Amino acid sequence: MPMELARNWRLRRQRLSLEGAQCAACGHLVFPTRPVCPKCRSRQLQPYRFSGRGEVYSFSTVYEPPAGFEGYAPYTVAQVRLAEGPLVTAQLTDVDADSVYIGMKVEMVTRKLFEDGENGLLVYGYKFRPPVMAPTNGHVSADVLAHTEPQHEAQAPVLVAN
Amino acid sequence: MRDVSIIGVGQTKVGEHWDRGLADLAVEATLAGLDDAGLDNADILYVGNMLGGVLSGQEHLGALIADLAGLRGMPALRVEAADASGGVALHQAYQAVAGGMVDTALVVGVEKMTDRLPQATEEGLMLAGLGDYEAAQGVTYVSQTAMLMQRYLHEHSLEVGDFAQFPVNAHRNAAANPFAMYRNQISEKAYRQAKMIASPINLLDGAPWADGAAAVVLVPTEQAQAMGRQGIRILASTLVTDALSLTERDDPLALAAARASAQRAYQQAGLTPGDIHLAELHDAFSILAALTLEACGFAARGQGVKLGQAGDIARAGRIPIATLGGFKARGNPVGASGVYQAVEIVQQLRGAAGQSQIPAARVGLAQNLGGNGATAVTHIFMN
Repeated sequence: MPMELARNWRLRRQRLSLEGAQCAACGHLVFPTRPVCPKCRSRQLQPYRFSGRGEVYSFSTVYEPPAGFEGYAPYTVAQVRLAEGPLVTAQLTDVDADSVYIGMKVEMVTRKLFEDGENGLLVYGYKFRPPVMAPTNGHVSADVLAHTEPQHEAQAPVLVAN
Repeated sequence: MRDVSIIGVGQTKVGEHWDRGLADLAVEATLAGLDDAGLDNADILYVGNMLGGVLSGQEHLGALIADLAGLRGMPALRVEAADASGGVALHQAYQAVAGGMVDTALVVGVEKMTDRLPQATEEGLMLAGLGDYEAAQGVTYVSQTAMLMQRYLHEHSLEVGDFAQFPVNAHRNAAANPFAMYRNQISEKAYRQAKMIASPINLLDGAPWADGAAAVVLVPTEQAQAMGRQGIRILASTLVTDALSLTERDDPLALAAARASAQRAYQQAGLTPGDIHLAELHDAFSILAALTLEACGFAARGQGVKLGQAGDIARAGRIPIATLGGFKARGNPVGASGVYQAVEIVQQLRGAAGQSQIPAARVGLAQNLGGNGATAVTHIFMN
């Protein structure tokens, strides 16, 4: 069993439902969550689930991938400005690299991020794509989790053994 | 606080040293630095290194390098701050000498990057960012910087070709530096046609990964004078940090830590950007040359790229940069680069830079960044 099993498991909410945090003192939103508010230094941060909608702030297409991503190159990564304010870094998917532009609307979707070797884990998480969902629907994984007891850790479909 | 001077420098050639290991390179530079200082020992050794564990399978570099350099028993430790490791090691040494804790401090920055396949090196460099959120998405070190460049192009209505003078200048200046990795010249045309690494960054925008080690020896200025050595004074040494992820910063293009560290350095030295005769900036990519020119107060926001186009960064220009090749042409052994910057400024301020000499250079600035400015170290030197 890979040593990274616990690490991937504890990141499941962030990766599958784009859960960040909101400062209970000043209302500031952050992704990912952190122990102390970077604006007011309050230690009272509450989980906050982002809608998954946003637009491209900047982007780059990677032609020389790191170990573990060789099979995916070239792929496009982006900084996405979420509708609620924070920026998040993620891969774009379901889109031609040449058609990406700053300001392009995108939405979150759950996809495979990487495989941890032949006998290891398949790790899933957020990527972003041009919107295909109706604007009021939010994103897929939030809906899935919302209907399957999102606070119940054991039921979150986080890791799938290969 | 005591006034501090550098009295010795040493460096290996930057390049692909297939026949040399990590510690081997570090020891060569360390001994060269001690020899240049006319000393055979020091009170403490700081080793700046980012990837010894990941790429060479070797941690615990403080004791290892001290022992192999014939300095067994001396206090020694490794300092890690991603690609700012070397600059932060120098900052630590400065504080120790300025604060009176030691009289002689030795700093060596070292990196060994060519033993592994490029994918493994890229994976290691990615660790400067947020492992859980950025490395997991395949967001490489280069692509982080590429997103800064893409945004800069957008905000200031520029095109990639506008950055050509940064690598062209770096290669021109490296021609006379025997320690530089690339002493060949490149043309603006070659830059415009270079293949993409992570768009819009191309092959000639990025500094080459390399092996290398550089060392400096620090003593109180009074001691340097008593020894009859021509010391180069350190007028300022500042360290500022920021969020690791560009996306967690209020304004990614501002490089707020780089800006704050430069401003504090000017305050500490009692100088302004107009007093600086040459600068070694963290020009690991062309966009970082432009952004750090802005952060260090040499250009207004969005104007950094124009200093390249106008020739202001050239040897005879208003603010020469990369005077011995910079990251781009000297090469970028990441954890050593901050120490190479200090060595090169000392060479310039000693008047010992040969055909790369900036005439009448008296004040030099070096700025070393870790993880696109999550760590920023600025030093100002004077002869």
